[in-house]
Amino acid sequence: MDMLKYVGTRFVIFVVSIFVASVVVFGFMAVLPGDPAVVALGVNASPDAVAALRAEFGTDRPLAVQYLDWVGGLLTGDFGTSYVTRNPIGPIISDRLAVTSWLVLCAMAVALVTALPLGTLSALRHRKASGLAISFGSQIGIAIPAFVMGIALVYVFAVWLRVLPSGGWVVPIQDPGGFIQHLVLPVLSLGLVQGAILTRYVRSATLDVMREDYIRTARSKGLSGLPIVTRHILRNSSIPVVTVLGLQLTTLLIGAVVIERVFVVPGLGSLLLDSVANRDLLTVQGVVMVLVLAALIINFVVDILYTVLDPRLRSS
Amino acid sequence: MTDLVPPAEPTAPTESPVAQPEIVTEATAGRPRRPMGPLFITGAVLVGVVMAAALISFVWTPYNPIKVDAAARLQSPNAEHWLGTDKFGRDIFSQILVGARTTLYVGVIAVGLASIIGTPLGIFAGMSNRGWLTELVMRANDLLLAFPALLLAIMFGAVFGASTLTAMIAIGIATIPSFARLARSGTLQVMSTEYVLAARIAGRKPIAIAWRHVLPNVFGLLIVQGSVSFAIAVLAEAALSYLGFGTAPPTPSWGRMLQEAQEQIFTLPIILLWPALAIAVAVLGFNLLGDGLRDRFDPRLEDRR
Repeated sequence: MDMLKYVGTRFVIFVVSIFVASVVVFGFMAVLPGDPAVVALGVNASPDAVAALRAEFGTDRPLAVQYLDWVGGLLTGDFGTSYVTRNPIGPIISDRLAVTSWLVLCAMAVALVTALPLGTLSALRHRKASGLAISFGSQIGIAIPAFVMGIALVYVFAVWLRVLPSGGWVVPIQDPGGFIQHLVLPVLSLGLVQGAILTRYVRSATLDVMREDYIRTARSKGLSGLPIVTRHILRNSSIPVVTVLGLQLTTLLIGAVVIERVFVVPGLGSLLLDSVANRDLLTVQGVVMVLVLAALIINFVVDILYTVLDPRLRSS
Repeated sequence: MTDLVPPAEPTAPTESPVAQPEIVTEATAGRPRRPMGPLFITGAVLVGVVMAAALISFVWTPYNPIKVDAAARLQSPNAEHWLGTDKFGRDIFSQILVGARTTLYVGVIAVGLASIIGTPLGIFAGMSNRGWLTELVMRANDLLLAFPALLLAIMFGAVFGASTLTAMIAIGIATIPSFARLARSGTLQVMSTEYVLAARIAGRKPIAIAWRHVLPNVFGLLIVQGSVSFAIAVLAEAALSYLGFGTAPPTPSWGRMLQEAQEQIFTLPIILLWPALAIAVAVLGFNLLGDGLRDRFDPRLEDRR
């Protein structure tokens, strides 16, 4: 019952947050000086043409009406029609989101696959050279921004070894092999850096758990090695790690904006940057809303997972 | 930041009272601080190098960092241009020095803004006995987490035009939640101590308690957060200027140097190395400094390592 109440409260907060975020995003773009109709037609356009276009865009209506129209559209996946390209924005966003999702999810997998074993190992051997070496390596990894990592990987694999393309994108169903080749470097640049950060969290969570009494009990019971790690340490250290994972997914989503620029990948980030450059503000507004919404959803899911994973939090 | 340094009070070691207020006796209060660890020293040296580069750039650079010299385009490192030149013939070493200034400038303003806004909010949320007010502050905080620095800066850039100012403000605003959360959790701990209870019974006003008891005790944690946030700010600034949403040309910034040098990755890759290295040194420095300071300030870590 308490659990249900908790989830209910979180859900209400989640919905209110989405509402406030949509007002912030809409309001922010609304303060922009300059009329989209004037921007589209140029300053020399006749007042009648501007008025007609304004009516077409719907920007002659009060802001509150425009907001409700926009939000109402979002609920059905309608992001409006771009003032610049005159194309519907929703389908473009969903295409681009698919590309970015590939990057983010594969990068998360890379981060997990590197961080879980390395972080646990460096905690188990925290007084030995191998543990310290992992710690040191992760510290260096954190100091390298993903886009710098990306440039370095391009140099090694595209310029020097010439085994992978330096950028671009291939649709998976058209050419699966080419798709994977184009995916490797951007995913590694995002994933390895996040993996380095995650390694440190896994290490410190594992160290915390290793000091607990129940680990000592398990050891004194005669358990050793792997059973302790899998049954006691990993299960308990996963709780703080899940929170970090959620934050990292958000970081990856935003990191993808930069990485897409490095590797010329047509994802959500490229769409955002191109739209800003083209002063296509309704598209900017749509992309920003999608990214913020993703962050809010991730936070909500993490909140819920947190209580599911940690029974101690359910009763309190 | 420096105006927040508490008055010299040798008897108030920030490293212990939060968790174990009873051990702050005359005997322990005067004990020497723990020696500086290798993390702290390495971090301090790296940060020192970046600061020195920034300071030197005010009085001396080998060449004018923004002077275009067509005859000296794209040179490898040599005796005249120690780190080489870029596609406009500008001296890279000079640009790196001035870039350090840009980086620190953005970091100081962004972290300063975040701490000046976030700390009082967090202390207020921790001390307030009105639940809904605390809830409101913390929910606003959570909402802000959904607007990361890069996204805010791109939004600001779209609306106001990208500049150093929009980058600093965006990074600063996005950093507020980390200070507010930390200040709040520290405040909650301090508020449960007996000396705060004593102060309240003695009739001290909340603002006086906040200033005399809470702030000095959470200060160590905030310094640690400041250093870590600075590293994040350096990363964000680099990414933003790489994307063209940071400091406008011709003022040198490390991120834009990388972006401009990327065209030369097939012909002169060495000139990509310098700004990349500069960014990594700055981030590593502030991260290590933060870790080193945490070892000194965070009492829970006494038995670590």
